[in-house]
Amino acid sequence: MSAKELKGFPRDTALTQDSLPQGIRPGGAQVITDETDRKTLAAVFDRLIPADEYGPSATQAGCLEFLDNQLAGDYGDGKVLYLDKPLHPKNEEAIMKAPQFLATPRERYATGVKALEAYAQKTDGKAFADLSAERIDEILTGLEAGKIDLGGDVDGQAFFELMLQNAREGYLADPLYGGNKGMAGWKMIGFPGARYDYRPYIDRRGEDLGLIPVSLIPED
Amino acid sequence: MMKIRQKADVVICGLGWAGSIMAEELTRAGLNVIAIERGAWRDTSTDFPPAIDPDELRWHTRREMLQPMSVETTTFRNNTGQNAAPVRNWSAYQFGWNVGGAGTHWAGMSWRFTPWDFEVYTRTVERYGKERAKGMQLQDWGVTYAEMEPFYDRFERIAGTSGYAGNIKGEKRKGGNVFEGPRSRDYPTPALKDTHWMSKYRQTVEKMGYNPFTVPAGNLSQAYVNPLGVSMGPCTYCGFCDFHGCGNFSKSSPQACILPTLMRRPNFTVLTETEVLQVVKHDDGQTAKGVKFITKEGEVGFQPADVVCITAYQMDNVRLMLLSGIGQPYDPATGKGTTGRNYNYQTCSSVSGFFAGEKMNPFIGGGALAVQIDDFNGDNFDHSDVDFIGGAGIMGFSTNGRPIQNMNGLRPGTKRWGTEWKKGYARDYQEAGTIFCQGTSMPSQGSYLDLDPTYKDRHGQPLLRVTFDWNRNDQKMARYVTDKAVKIMKEVGGTDISVDNQAESSWNPYKQHSSHTIGGAVMGKDPSTSALNTHLQSWDVKNVFVVGASAFPNNGGYNPTLTVGALAVKAARAIAEQYVKNPGKLVGA
Ligand SMILES: Cc1cc2nc3c(=O)[nH]c(=O)nc-3n(C[C@H](O)[C@H](O)[C@H](O)COP(=O)(O)OP(=O)(O)OC[C@H]3O[C@@H](n4cnc5c(N)ncnc54)[C@H](O)[C@@H]3O)c2cc1C
Ligand code: SF4
Repeated sequence: MSAKELKGFPRDTALTQDSLPQGIRPGGAQVITDETDRKTLAAVFDRLIPADEYGPSATQAGCLEFLDNQLAGDYGDGKVLYLDKPLHPKNEEAIMKAPQFLATPRERYATGVKALEAYAQKTDGKAFADLSAERIDEILTGLEAGKIDLGGDVDGQAFFELMLQNAREGYLADPLYGGNKGMAGWKMIGFPGARYDYRPYIDRRGEDLGLIPVSLIPED
Repeated sequence: MMKIRQKADVVICGLGWAGSIMAEELTRAGLNVIAIERGAWRDTSTDFPPAIDPDELRWHTRREMLQPMSVETTTFRNNTGQNAAPVRNWSAYQFGWNVGGAGTHWAGMSWRFTPWDFEVYTRTVERYGKERAKGMQLQDWGVTYAEMEPFYDRFERIAGTSGYAGNIKGEKRKGGNVFEGPRSRDYPTPALKDTHWMSKYRQTVEKMGYNPFTVPAGNLSQAYVNPLGVSMGPCTYCGFCDFHGCGNFSKSSPQACILPTLMRRPNFTVLTETEVLQVVKHDDGQTAKGVKFITKEGEVGFQPADVVCITAYQMDNVRLMLLSGIGQPYDPATGKGTTGRNYNYQTCSSVSGFFAGEKMNPFIGGGALAVQIDDFNGDNFDHSDVDFIGGAGIMGFSTNGRPIQNMNGLRPGTKRWGTEWKKGYARDYQEAGTIFCQGTSMPSQGSYLDLDPTYKDRHGQPLLRVTFDWNRNDQKMARYVTDKAVKIMKEVGGTDISVDNQAESSWNPYKQHSSHTIGGAVMGKDPSTSALNTHLQSWDVKNVFVVGASAFPNNGGYNPTLTVGALAVKAARAIAEQYVKNPGKLVGA
């Protein structure tokens, strides 16, 4: 679309491809194509959101496909971020009370996943994906607390936050984006999904409304 | 060669709420108006019909309707001793980015400020003495609530605001906000309904002797036709409201309320995806001759006009003034200069509690759906025994139950991952209730806006630099009202109470919940302390009018937009009724 001079109410306002959400791209992984990387991330995600009585695990719910799809698009590109130099890491972190990056989410995953694998090889002598659940939890807990140094340019704590954010987004976003399969995340908490009219329910007090969740795409 | 367009009577820079209202007034008065908007055209049926609007990831998490930081961001520091850093990611600064501005995706809380807010200096000194004003840069707005009333009324009619008046011409009405300034008439549409949480909150505060009322909302309670002939539908409490558009034509927005009529007027044109770079002055520096702009394709052009209205949102209003040399930049060391002066924020806190075994059904919500008490807002209570001024509205709200946004809203101490998180979220999603305190904020000498010496936007122009931290008055006020909110939460029966008082630690943009930044180009009667006169006309460049929350010298305990809209009506009428007949300073000084 070009810069436009509009006079009169635009008549060409029909829904176009541009207006529609960019759902999951068919055809498998676009970004996380390396087998070891996939396994490492799957291992992390399934400890962040394990399979249990509350629902399927992150990967069972499609969160890895969700992440890959997000990383392949504008989010992965950091399209909205301000990435101009200079970056003075210490000063920026002190002022913003959080680390700041010039790397895009896609780049941060690329270095972060490799660093996790290297860490496992160094400390445990095996692949991250082959570690026990307890050991992975221990590493994740250490990362979350900022107590594990992943070396290089990787801020372990910030990378943990990024993975946690994306895993849970995948579990709770509309299934259109590849995660939340069967609306498992919504069923877990009782969120009825992409409904748009609660007028029949607003006067009801503290009841379980028993609403079946719906998503933006039909199931099949 | 720069493309020079045909001259217009008025050029409007930024077509959000302020710009649309001014364009409506000015075109109705017969003037030829061109609006320049850097975002794209946005339309309910194309961009957010119910078939694609309930999409939290796209609209709230990824904020697809907001202006990206890669287009323009700000830099920030707490004080002049620090080197400001750029705000690289989503934060408290949430700029509009399309025709309709932030009014497309706002929540709709539709407040008038109190009479006290407009005369904060005079009334504080009168009631508590000069000593109480110390340490703050308090100043009156130069207009009173009574003068603003007809303009507020106009905005509410256009917006279709829902509510129940608590004070009509001095007659107090229980069930409305008995502390509000006198209104000439009731709201155009009735108040919204209560959710379960709101009714619990309402009953409790009523029992405690307070005066609860439904927050006035730009979420309409019923079908409505506004004075411009535009039809709106009833809100369906969909809960995909703030950060989202409204697929039902129920949320007051320029799209729903103004543009359908404005666009059909032959004397109105809008250039979309075109950014104003600067206001260009005549050689004498007394007047502007128009604005320089750049299109999406990178073509630079010039729009000549007799009057320039800067309506680019609070931050960009100040930035455009600084980039264009309008007014003297403020110097925090001497307190001299007015462009950038009295930058300010809003002092907020929230208190969450849990109700074992209850079903709150939090997904039933509206952007402005809330019950509030104003017993501790503004100067509604006697401050003789406390050492601060101002206060906050304390509300129980039901704005949304969006699952990603609420995923950390669990009982304190619950792990954020693993089975413990899943179990916690499965339990707590339904059982949480939150009370929000939205407080006043007072200016101080060290908080201001200027141009950043290092960082630039995509066109190579300097970013705006924000220097801000809470002052002691704001901190004390926040502590006081947050305590009240905790007492209320206990009284409602909430357990596992957690408190987030934002003024307890130094300000930083990633931690805040309110996008209500104000000031920087404030209005007033004294040109040595205000950038604009009471018609929002620049004291220095007389055909430039700057409209937005940038004009507020202090922040009320309320969301800003109704006051922005009312000021837009006021400024537009001054242009149409006075300035064009006799172009000069509308107020002497
Ligand atoms: C999520 C959210 C919720 C909110 N909820 C509430 C609420 O409940 N109640 C309330 O009162 N307020 C609320 N607000 C604030 C409200 O949206 C603003 O107060 C209001 O929109 C300000 O109107 P404005 O016209 O000044 O600016 P905007 O509406 O932001 O319009 C400014 C326009 O100018 C354009 N622009 C900027 N720079 C340039 C340039 N150089 N050239 C061309 N165009 C330019 C922008 O693209 C934008 O469209 C909310 C804001 C957000 C982000
Ligand atoms: S809550 Fe109401 S006003 Fe807001 S988007 Fe939904 S229907 Fe529209």
